[in-house]
Amino acid sequence: MSQENALLQVSRVGKKYNENVVLKDISFTLEKGKILGLVGENGAGKSTLMNILFGMNVIVETGGYEGEIYFEGKKIDFKNPVDALNAGIGMVHQEFSLIPGFTVAENVLLNMEKTKSSIISRTFGKKYETVDMPVIREEAQKAIDLLGISLDIDTLVSEIPVGYKQFIEIAREIKRDQVKMIILDEPTAVLTETEADILLESMKRLSDMGVSIIFISHRLREITTACDTIVVLRDGNVVVERPVEGVDIRQIAKWMVGRDIDTKSEESKNVSIVDENDIIFETKNLWVDMPGEQIKNVSLKVRKGEILGIGGLAGQGKLGFPNGIMGLFDAGGEIFFEGKPLPLNNTLEALKRGISFVSEDRRGVGLLLDEPIDWNIAFNAMQVQDKFIKKYLGGLFSLRDDRSMRNVANEYIEQLEIKCTSEKQLARNLSGGNQQKVCLAKAFATDPKLLFVSEPTRGIDVGAKELVLNALRKYNEENNTTIVIVSSELEELRSISDRIAIICEGEIFGIVPPETDVTEFGLLMSGEYKINEEGEKIWLR
Amino acid sequence: MFKDKRKLGKILTSSAVPLLFLVISGIAIPLSRFTGTYLVDQIITRLVRNSFLVLSLLLPIMAGMGINFGMILGAMAGQIGLIFITDWGVSGALGLILAALLSTPIAIVLGYFGGKVLNRAKGREMITSMMLGLFISGVYQFFLLYLCGAIIPFKSKGLILSRGFGVRNAIDLGVAKGFDKLLLLKINGVNIPLGTFAIIGIIVLFTVWFKRTKLGQDMRAVGQDMVVANSAGIDVERVRIQSIIVSTVLAAYGQIIYLQNIGTLNTYNGADQAALFAAASLLVGGASVVKATIPNALFGTALFHLMFLVMPVAGKYLTGQAMIGEYFRMFFSYGVVTLALILHSWKRQKDKELDRIGLRVDNQQLKTK
Repeated sequence: MSQENALLQVSRVGKKYNENVVLKDISFTLEKGKILGLVGENGAGKSTLMNILFGMNVIVETGGYEGEIYFEGKKIDFKNPVDALNAGIGMVHQEFSLIPGFTVAENVLLNMEKTKSSIISRTFGKKYETVDMPVIREEAQKAIDLLGISLDIDTLVSEIPVGYKQFIEIAREIKRDQVKMIILDEPTAVLTETEADILLESMKRLSDMGVSIIFISHRLREITTACDTIVVLRDGNVVVERPVEGVDIRQIAKWMVGRDIDTKSEESKNVSIVDENDIIFETKNLWVDMPGEQIKNVSLKVRKGEILGIGGLAGQGKLGFPNGIMGLFDAGGEIFFEGKPLPLNNTLEALKRGISFVSEDRRGVGLLLDEPIDWNIAFNAMQVQDKFIKKYLGGLFSLRDDRSMRNVANEYIEQLEIKCTSEKQLARNLSGGNQQKVCLAKAFATDPKLLFVSEPTRGIDVGAKELVLNALRKYNEENNTTIVIVSSELEELRSISDRIAIICEGEIFGIVPPETDVTEFGLLMSGEYKINEEGEKIWLR
Repeated sequence: MFKDKRKLGKILTSSAVPLLFLVISGIAIPLSRFTGTYLVDQIITRLVRNSFLVLSLLLPIMAGMGINFGMILGAMAGQIGLIFITDWGVSGALGLILAALLSTPIAIVLGYFGGKVLNRAKGREMITSMMLGLFISGVYQFFLLYLCGAIIPFKSKGLILSRGFGVRNAIDLGVAKGFDKLLLLKINGVNIPLGTFAIIGIIVLFTVWFKRTKLGQDMRAVGQDMVVANSAGIDVERVRIQSIIVSTVLAAYGQIIYLQNIGTLNTYNGADQAALFAAASLLVGGASVVKATIPNALFGTALFHLMFLVMPVAGKYLTGQAMIGEYFRMFFSYGVVTLALILHSWKRQKDKELDRIGLRVDNQQLKTK
């Protein structure tokens, strides 16, 4: 790689959030007019790296980064995104930054409007120049044409299909004067196949014009078709940097997920016996309207007594599954519990029938932050099942049974090793891991027949992780409780589950045993193929 | 088919308030036994009096700050201007222009202050601006009650309370009808003050022009999405302050026009209801707290004051009590604002739901492909 042609050179960059190392010793080079594909699992450090390149405020606020970045041979140190924009770096974010009530043209030239001066503006300043719509339309049209798509520039953005919004943002970036590099963060995630193909075409046109592109995608085929070089991040390290030529997607998938599989988890494998035909819970054509985690069409059978893992990349819908079943977000379709239909959008009914849910949103949904531990643990059982309540005068009135609440709380504090001053400590003052344990205890206290656990180990330390997983496994073995565990961490799912379902684009792409090769998981999560009920692979890309 | 239904629903919810008012007025007009000429004359008077104040609310709505109840800051600035020129004895249109010139710097300062405060209360602008109005009203009263005549010298002793300082409760304005008398046209007993209409015409043109400037474009962007506007490099806070300043200055002029038409100034609570009535007028015209147009403002002013005129009289003929008039005024203006706010959040909820259902249908179509 000739250093002269290098536009961007990242050299030994590292980043810590507090003591948490997110990026270590990152180095790679991007040449002029080339497309670099950046891949990695959730949490591999992609977003942090892009935030550094674009000078986002979070980086400066959390103490900057280590190492050096050279752009056009000069060392850069952006304090804010405006510095990056001025240097010629544009970024298209995952969330759209478009003004819904503006037309396409107005959005493309947002805050870069061409204006006409008048007597008033000459006296009072540039801000009073009138906006020159014809010129704006013309310029916007040029930018849109450059991308090679057909789009009516006079339509309001709010009326434009999601798939096209990406193009408007890209058009805006190339409209900036002297843009040299564009960062595209998962631009194809919301696009259909054909739309994605058009986008790849547009990217090639741009690179031919000399604009370099950093392209982040989880669709590996897009990387192999459109990119010149590929950089794979894993756990904050660059594991591979090489030309795309000759790389196949299976290899990429392996680089992405392939860490050493520890044998430790294998030995503690679940011992409960599961009868394949004993179905405790079933969904038919379930859809869930959870923003950012939409489920489109899921039909799934859960066997009695098993631990079913649900995995997938962020934003593909895995979180929508338990949230929809528990009635926290709008859902439709049919669900059956113990053979009988269960009404959707009815949290109370689900709880009454013996389904519990440990939410991924611990502090928002899971806990009453300003109440003590014992209240938290007893809360659902008391509300739904009339537990911890003493009846007086033949049920004429009833009071809270504080003593039994305290006893149960202390039992769980001991069992789950919740670190606290007493059962009266407020949930708010516990650490994340201990809060998670309280959430588990709260679910256990209702004696569920079916337990949904969503991201149980997110944001908690390694020790607590192990404890939480062991508690789940133990609970499953001792009570034969069916558990559905949703997690972004594949290794965690592999260590605890009997079967793992992978959700991609709001649908189940396959249900496989946990021993399956990591490469297979990687390909499933990227939606490269589907596995149908007969176990056949259907290649999609 | 699905889309049509959605569109029809959207139109109905957005024009629910004006329709309601049209129906009520339609019933009340025959009951009130007013002649057509009298009603037309009165509505023209009310348009002259109020539309400038209503128009001053448009820009903050465009900038996404809702109804600027803090416009009474401007109204107070206008009143201070009027009090001083009355003291100096300048009359006619010249006096009014002088009052406007005097009130401008006061309004700019108050508007800047108001904008600063509202920037700290993003998302709660309307209630904050309302409270801010009440607070500044206290400062205004202190200024007139204790400082005027005591520290600030007054020439006309007739304006000062008998104790030697503090401005009197009610002031007869020497500048009364100053603008209205310019180019006054009479057709069949209907007075049409072309002079004042010309001024209103100028503000309408100003608003149209302003929307097309770079600053106006920035305001629209900020009003729609602050985060996006900020990431595009627009100085959101500055733009918001500017919108409030312009609104406050316009409100000062509006109050001057309002008072020259009425002819007397109620010193201490003349501005209190200004924002409420202006807001109600605008909302009656079919505006919402996020979208308001010039036709909304003008049509709303006419409709709201038509209702104001006929309801008390209709009520009197129905119940035999004259007191019911004032009751209806307050009842309806607060009612309208409340209704509009409820309708607005209800509509936003519905729109969101419809949008998400739209997503779902798209998904279904994709599948069948």
